[in-house]
Amino acid sequence: MSRALYLRHDKLGMGFLMVLCALGVLVPVLNLALPVTSGWHVPTYAMSLMGKYVCYALLAVALDLVWGFCGILSLGHGAFFALGGYCMGMYLMRQIGTRGVYGNPLLPDFMVFLNWKELPLTWFGFSSFGYAMMMVIVVPGALAFVFGWFAFRSRVTGVYLSIITQAMTYAMMLAFFRNDMGFGGNNGLTDFKDILGFNIQAQGTRACLFIASVAALAGCYLLARFMVHSAYGKVLIAIRDAESRSRFLGYRVEHFKLLAFTVSASMAGLAGALYVPQIGIINPSEFAPGNSIEAVIWVAVGGRGTLVGAALGAVLVNFSKTWLTGAMPEVWLFALGALFIVVTLFLPKGIIGTASEMLKNRRDRQTSGQTEEARP
Amino acid sequence: MTTTHHHELTSSLLYLDGVSVSFDGFRALNNLSLTIGAGEMRAIIGPNGAGKTTMMDVMTGKTKPDTGDVLYDGRIDLTRLDEASIAELGIGRKFQKPTVFESQSVEDNIVLSLRGARGAFASLWGWRNRVPQSDIEQILETVGLAAHRKRMAADLSHGQKQWLEIGMLLAQDPKVLLVDEPVAGMTDHETEQTALLLKDIARDHAVIVVEHDMSFVRALACRVICLHEGSVLAEGHIDAVSKDDRVIEVYLGR
Repeated sequence: MSRALYLRHDKLGMGFLMVLCALGVLVPVLNLALPVTSGWHVPTYAMSLMGKYVCYALLAVALDLVWGFCGILSLGHGAFFALGGYCMGMYLMRQIGTRGVYGNPLLPDFMVFLNWKELPLTWFGFSSFGYAMMMVIVVPGALAFVFGWFAFRSRVTGVYLSIITQAMTYAMMLAFFRNDMGFGGNNGLTDFKDILGFNIQAQGTRACLFIASVAALAGCYLLARFMVHSAYGKVLIAIRDAESRSRFLGYRVEHFKLLAFTVSASMAGLAGALYVPQIGIINPSEFAPGNSIEAVIWVAVGGRGTLVGAALGAVLVNFSKTWLTGAMPEVWLFALGALFIVVTLFLPKGIIGTASEMLKNRRDRQTSGQTEEARP
Repeated sequence: MTTTHHHELTSSLLYLDGVSVSFDGFRALNNLSLTIGAGEMRAIIGPNGAGKTTMMDVMTGKTKPDTGDVLYDGRIDLTRLDEASIAELGIGRKFQKPTVFESQSVEDNIVLSLRGARGAFASLWGWRNRVPQSDIEQILETVGLAAHRKRMAADLSHGQKQWLEIGMLLAQDPKVLLVDEPVAGMTDHETEQTALLLKDIARDHAVIVVEHDMSFVRALACRVICLHEGSVLAEGHIDAVSKDDRVIEVYLGR
């Protein structure tokens, strides 16, 4: 039972972490150490693009924790991702200092433009990196906690829960579009200069951001893995498969859901925070319901309830998106829709789920073949 | 009502008095009163719609009665508690349709059921992660599933799922077991074994069994209650109840 907790018995998990380690070392080395002329050189833009995929993979792992293991189909995880991104963006805005167009030492450009005289209370503390990083985890987690507290206590489940998560991210988008909110309105936050005093455009900074993203993915994967392989994870699966049965066993279903939802939201926030400095902008369109739905498709493609599959799905779908929107931009949305239909119809367990099932069947056939041979 | 008001009102483990429940004008329970003592076994029979399952829903907190008292252990008002707290008090339930955790192994189903701390954090790193194999084995032996412990619950036969669910009840170690149609869909041989198993369990637990299978009810050899239209129609020994004119009229048929 508890053997599952040890990584060495889990080839898939081990393989995943090894790939992450290799990526985290190789990509920055190939970017920094090799001359641009070398065939092995990884261009900085490509490294940042991969960093973006890794952030999406982290969002997918977070979503898989609640959807794959607890059956909470959140169509609003993009909101937690974006909130983490805004917290990071606010720190990066404060780092600009007097280098803005208006040269105001205290206020970001858009506030000067709006004729604001002082920094709103919400921006308090964001000049400190430590405080901002804490907020990256705390703000999405707190929103998820409050939202989940009411939703799970009222026993809102299934499609109704999905709809209110969708409404939540939509409401957040409308709120962040407003200039009065003090988060840059329509334009969001951009024109970042430094992070921790290092030039955000510099190759070295980019490499560090990439390494940080890979490390965050590995760490959050291990945390999620610990959760789902413990007895807590068994209860989560029990709730997913037979919620009322779990209640009659004496489990407080709402507490289990709330913990998973809150942890998942914080992970999504961290993903957003690492995404923003690599992309260079955060604006309210990150709250768009479509983003959250796309994340669900990544998890479905990779295989829900597998964690590694979610990460794989995110990378595969986004790689295809980058390639296809470059080659044939008008086709992308059709391709995404078709992909979702194909996966739902033919690969309901996703890539990893189907592959591991095939492996298991083959092993079962081999063992049953052996026992038959053993018989005289 | 207050719990102190009824302090030690009754020595029975479960006490229902004047319980009524309506759904959209349909009276599922109509002024139902009955008591179950500690360690007692009781079979509940009655036609469809007699209120058998609703009675269990009321006892386990799934349904709140419109009127009436439901007391546990003579003083705890069950109408104020939710499913999880009632389960913690010691009332376990087996459902009509076997409800096991299909995508988990037989032994994990038992691990999930075992009595003990059930908080979210406790389950993250608590004792439930280190359950001694012998504890699981003992229960699986009792319900005859020791050879199947590593199998997925979904792969079990219908009868085996029923037994697994009884095993889960045993793991919960409740004071009262509510067992809804345990032999539905079982072969005759499985039915006999289930009767033996329940009688064995009833030696140190209170057991309430809802069942349609009259030969099974006879094999349990306990007091029988016949429900009709939400209240008790007849109560007594199976022979007396099955000869009762009104029972024959509404349930057994002539």
